[in-house]
Amino acid sequence: MAYLDLSALQKSFGANQVVKSFDLGVAKGEFVSLLGPSGCGKTTVLRMVAGFETPTHGAIKIDGQDVTHLRPNQRNIGMVFQAYALFPNLTVAQNVGFGLKIAGVSAKEIIARVAEMLALIGLPEMGARYPFQLSGGQQQRVALARALAPRPRVLLLDEPLSALDAKIRVSLRAEIRDIQRKLGITTIFVTHDQEEALSMSDRVVVMNGGRAEQVGAPFEIYNHPKTRFVAQFVGTLNTLDAIVTNPAGGEVTVQGQPLRLPQAISAQAGATVGLALRPEVVHLEADADQISRGDFALPARIAAVQFLGAVIRVKAETAAGAISLDLFNRPDAPPPPLGAEVALRFRGQDVIVLA
Amino acid sequence: MKRILSWAAIAVGVVYFFLPLVGMLEFSLKMRRGEYSLDAYRSVMGDPQFQATFGYSVVMACLTIVFGVLVVVPTVFWVRLKLPRLRPFMEFITLLPLVIPPIVIVFGYIRLFNTSSWLPLTGTTLGTDFLLMCGYAVLALPYMYRAVDTGLAAIDLRTLTEAAQSLGAGWITVLAKVILPNVLVAVLSGAFLTFAIVIGEYVFAALLDRPAFGPYLVWAGGNKAYEPAALAVMTFALTWACMMLIQLATKFSKHTRMPR
Repeated sequence: MAYLDLSALQKSFGANQVVKSFDLGVAKGEFVSLLGPSGCGKTTVLRMVAGFETPTHGAIKIDGQDVTHLRPNQRNIGMVFQAYALFPNLTVAQNVGFGLKIAGVSAKEIIARVAEMLALIGLPEMGARYPFQLSGGQQQRVALARALAPRPRVLLLDEPLSALDAKIRVSLRAEIRDIQRKLGITTIFVTHDQEEALSMSDRVVVMNGGRAEQVGAPFEIYNHPKTRFVAQFVGTLNTLDAIVTNPAGGEVTVQGQPLRLPQAISAQAGATVGLALRPEVVHLEADADQISRGDFALPARIAAVQFLGAVIRVKAETAAGAISLDLFNRPDAPPPPLGAEVALRFRGQDVIVLA
Repeated sequence: MKRILSWAAIAVGVVYFFLPLVGMLEFSLKMRRGEYSLDAYRSVMGDPQFQATFGYSVVMACLTIVFGVLVVVPTVFWVRLKLPRLRPFMEFITLLPLVIPPIVIVFGYIRLFNTSSWLPLTGTTLGTDFLLMCGYAVLALPYMYRAVDTGLAAIDLRTLTEAAQSLGAGWITVLAKVILPNVLVAVLSGAFLTFAIVIGEYVFAALLDRPAFGPYLVWAGGNKAYEPAALAVMTFALTWACMMLIQLATKFSKHTRMPR
């Protein structure tokens, strides 16, 4: 049985059903991300777990205990908010010790635990400062320490990195993950940033329209999306229309050229299906003759080149539509010139068939 | 030209405001014939009636502040957090004491709580004092409400409340340890305004027949020559001291100081 068990959760605000029958089991010590666009219901699910919203239907169990109707202060759940939510009138140490004080822990123990938490977040000297004297990243670390100090059963992170600048966001997400692993705390992380979700999580729940579209490990979600929404929401995607020629054999044609897919297609012969390609599986060849047998190639013209540092994103126009591809930057290989005639190569096994 | 006009407008304003004060101050110092002295102030301070009425009003002001804070802070907190749709209604309700004359309110009280009513508050001294305190709280409501409302608008009320709740705090702890300390400056400004209102209030105290400072001021004005001017100067000084305390509270509130 899952440590945190959400079963058939529903939430309506008036006539608007925000969460529609949401099921999720989270193992002890697991880090699960709820990923989805704005309004998909991910924050509402988190707030129901925290106790700030009452489900219209369904149950929430933590370690077998039904907490669905418990008040937020009775659940022993730690939460980190997007806006830090540090108490401005308290010092860093007082903020971190707040939950312990409420729980009636002795002053001596509070001092020791606060010191331990501040060391954990790498701010051991900051205890006497006030929140306004800290940077955004430091404030969010303190918020994390404050949430962890009372040893909660579950940690909820509500877009904790959204208010930070890009560089701090990247370093802090690694820190959060390290701390979570070190403490082995069951964590639910809400984000709309797919990179955060994929890089930090044991499992990702992709949500859309109040439902979980797919639940799986980041590798699985990215490489084997089960629905068109997941495929399009997670990562950058190129889509092509193909005509099915042999459904059982996984054979299609794209712009009249045959392409063999590794699996059978659940569509009738002659039907049009959508194919999807990640930018990193498309290769650019200056000479179409270099393309080996078994590979599929589309003639294309370079329409745009974006230099992003480590990666160069190229947009090429083909008869089947625009296709983006990523090239690793190499100092000895300059990006292709605009307007150059090239061939785009990819393998049938890298193609995702969209449901 | 514009600059000259601006300065002229300011000068007219300053003269209009300060000249009567200067005149009153000067008059209050002229009790001793032919020279300036503090005799009027000495006379006022030595008057047992002054001491009794002023002391009574100070106690009433403090009680009114405590009562007002206990009623207004949780109410504004709850309305902002859970019932934001009620805010226009609250704005309207809290403005009523400014448009309904105090004499109407106090007559309403006397009619509702007289000795033959279902709650005969005016039948005892303690009951009448309580009624007076409630009346003062109503008079101060527009100022206290706005001060607290502005203070709560300046903080992320919902997130702070939820953060405290997730750390195990109940409603009372949230209010006492998180919300109140963070709106303390606003509450203090409401409290000082309440203090200033209560100290000078006449109608409620006179009609409820309580020995407050307001009725004493009126009595002194009708029976003495120099002392009323001294009392007026002292009342002004007290009000300004309250204003200065608001500023000091803001300045010395550690956590509201911004980094430079």
